[in-house]
Amino acid sequence: MAVADPIIVSAGESEERLERTWSERRGIYRWFAPVHHTTIGKMYFVTAGIFFLLGGILAALIRIQLSRPENNFLGPDRYNQFFTVHGSTMIFLFAVPMMYQAFGVYLVPLMVGARNIAFPRLAAFSYFIYVGGCLLLWGGLFLNIGADAGWFSYVPLSGPAFSPGKRVDFWAQMITFTELSALAVAVCLIVTILKYRAPGMTLNRMPLLVWEKLVLSFMVIFAMPAVMLVSTMLLMDRTANTHFFNPAEGGDVLLYQHLFWFFGHPDVYIIFLPGAAIISTLVPTFSRRHIFGYPGIVVATIATGFLGFGVWVHHMFATGIPQLSESFFTAATLMIVIPTAYQFFCWIATLWNGKPQLRLPMLWVGGFFFVFMIGGLSGLMLASVPVDLQVHDTFFVVAHFHYVLIGGAMFPMFAGIYYWFPKVVGRMAHEALAKVHFWLFFIGFNLTFFTMHFLGLRGMPRRIYTYLPEMHWTGLNQIATAGAGFMTLGILVFLINLFWSMKRGTIAGPNPWGAGSLEWSVPSPPPPYNFVHIPTVDGREAIWDAPPNPVFVSGIRDEVREVLLTNSLDAEPEAKEEQPAPSVWPFLTAVVVSAVLIGSIFTLKAVSYGALPIAFSIIAWIWPKEHEVEERREHEKWRAA
Amino acid sequence: MERTTDIPVLDVSGLPTVVFREPNPIFWGNLLYMLIEGAMFAMIFASYFYLRTRSTEWPPGLAPPYLWYGVANTILFLTSVVPARSIQLRARAGDLAGSLTGLIGLAAFGLICLVIRGFEFKGLNCRWDANAYGSMVWALLVLHTGHLLTEWIETLVMVAFASSRKMEGKRFPDFDVNSDYWYFVVGWAVIMNIVLYGTTRLL
Repeated sequence: MAVADPIIVSAGESEERLERTWSERRGIYRWFAPVHHTTIGKMYFVTAGIFFLLGGILAALIRIQLSRPENNFLGPDRYNQFFTVHGSTMIFLFAVPMMYQAFGVYLVPLMVGARNIAFPRLAAFSYFIYVGGCLLLWGGLFLNIGADAGWFSYVPLSGPAFSPGKRVDFWAQMITFTELSALAVAVCLIVTILKYRAPGMTLNRMPLLVWEKLVLSFMVIFAMPAVMLVSTMLLMDRTANTHFFNPAEGGDVLLYQHLFWFFGHPDVYIIFLPGAAIISTLVPTFSRRHIFGYPGIVVATIATGFLGFGVWVHHMFATGIPQLSESFFTAATLMIVIPTAYQFFCWIATLWNGKPQLRLPMLWVGGFFFVFMIGGLSGLMLASVPVDLQVHDTFFVVAHFHYVLIGGAMFPMFAGIYYWFPKVVGRMAHEALAKVHFWLFFIGFNLTFFTMHFLGLRGMPRRIYTYLPEMHWTGLNQIATAGAGFMTLGILVFLINLFWSMKRGTIAGPNPWGAGSLEWSVPSPPPPYNFVHIPTVDGREAIWDAPPNPVFVSGIRDEVREVLLTNSLDAEPEAKEEQPAPSVWPFLTAVVVSAVLIGSIFTLKAVSYGALPIAFSIIAWIWPKEHEVEERREHEKWRAA
Repeated sequence: MERTTDIPVLDVSGLPTVVFREPNPIFWGNLLYMLIEGAMFAMIFASYFYLRTRSTEWPPGLAPPYLWYGVANTILFLTSVVPARSIQLRARAGDLAGSLTGLIGLAAFGLICLVIRGFEFKGLNCRWDANAYGSMVWALLVLHTGHLLTEWIETLVMVAFASSRKMEGKRFPDFDVNSDYWYFVVGWAVIMNIVLYGTTRLL
């Protein structure tokens, strides 16, 4: 489409009208009928943050229990529930919802220059169904019947013979809730990325964070069904007397592990890649130059996405699988190093050739480099079958995956929070408090988890609630617990900083870091319509590469929630569509679906009774109002044949 | 409040609001939904064949499913592609009456397929709690029936749109992608029936 010459035009897209059109409902109703991605994104941030704190409290209690031998602070039953719910919370209720959903829903539409996310009501549904999963898992724990078979709930331990009662059922059904949520967000994000990009933002100019969200969304689409299927099969074995995992009737326990890890390992990358993407965003901003090796980083991200699906059996080296499989999966696992190392070298090259500024978020980037590298090195050790067999199920493994997950996700997450905090709330975080937070957390983290390598090498198994003094594990455990204390203090300082800065932080302005991506071209916090004028994009860093007199898009109606659609490869404008208004039906649908899913734990009849209400609520969700239809008919334009 | 500006602009006011296939987000949403469910089917088939390798006899100690309900339904599924395709052609031409006729035809096919599916369950010759094989074949059939039922209800909703005052241009692309989803259901029905009725006799 040709660009018109600069002319005097009636903009017609006045801020007031856009504000009226795009604002969420007022009052309490807003929180039950959100349709703007910034609202839904913030809801994800806060909820995932709360469950991070709750999961962290469990971790601290676990560390207190292990701080001395023969301790009875928690007792075996509560300890089992705590480590199970800690792991499940951190993976399913915090890491993925925070790193994928919260960052993705909030940032992607802003970064691609769109007024909203695609299918906003589906995004709202995804949030409410996620909350349903949170309440289910933690409801069980508060009733002292929490899940207690570990975060991956292996059969036969989690099967009907060894885990009677409802505990494991809460876990299994929680999976369906949270994965449904991630899958819904995957659909919203892929369509936003492929169809809502501002004109000129070809695939070759997409911000790396957006590329990573695209790859990640496809990973979610192929990985999450496996865990939904396996957790449902487990539930059926427990409640409907099926025999999927019952060897006595032709079932197989290893089938569970295969299906679980076919999801589980890609999930590690679903947690790590967002971290890498945050680093790829921050490093150029604070190096004051474009990223080095952009095409290579894109290819590395896609390669990680593919390879992530070919390594799941390395979680099963101790199950007696054939040696050929072991060799294959060792090699596949080691191959992951190539794309990951490539990204590392690109970040280093960017810093090397740029003018690095050690602003606050970069502290966490440095922490990430250090911590994640250690996690990667112990990963290399664990990829080797003989080493793996020696340290399998010991604290060495616990140390490794905390280095990888906290290093690969939480350090970048804090970097990202400090980086985008000014955008979300309009004020800067307090720098000195943030530094205290960093050092307390960094030191505490290494004290806790580096020590665990040695505990593992000295033979301390995972998931034991206590140990005897003769094992000589006491001193190291005490160091680990002290480290957990530092981390707790660090998180307290972080919370104080957030609340203080929200009220009293320095006003940030639209672009406090002088960054190049589009979210920094709008006011902080962004208005409900994001962009007064949809921008056009001339380079990979849209703000830095903009010509002196940039072209904006005109002709999008501002009296309805109209958005521009561009083609998926070159972002050429090709159509317009109207987005739906706020509605409470996604929330009500989530309530009905939650009731049916929870009911099905107790009786399978819940599914047949619930089918009709679910169908009804979905139809009510999509059924339009008459005046909206009439209004659309008036402005309807068919594409000429 | 109107403002004037002298910025260079890219005028998109003439762009269409009713578009089919790639330009339309609903096409992509539907495609991605099919990818998700396709992954689910792939996993369940992988599990089926995995369990097959754990048993010397298949079906273990049970009669294979009764063949002819499955054959009848497969033929019916394949025939139903005709109304599904006609809906797409009519919808793209903006022909409401033609689309409605096709949708009613498709809904009728869906209903008959669902009824025969009931007999297919009966013809499995086992209960889900008989053994792992029984659990697996029930899981396959239940998963597919869930999709069939969803698609049937969706087609009924499309009929309701087409025959109500809420009809508008943007529904035509919805009719179009509804047929895509029907093809998906048909495709997996054919694969499933080959597995269900073929591997229990040949493997």
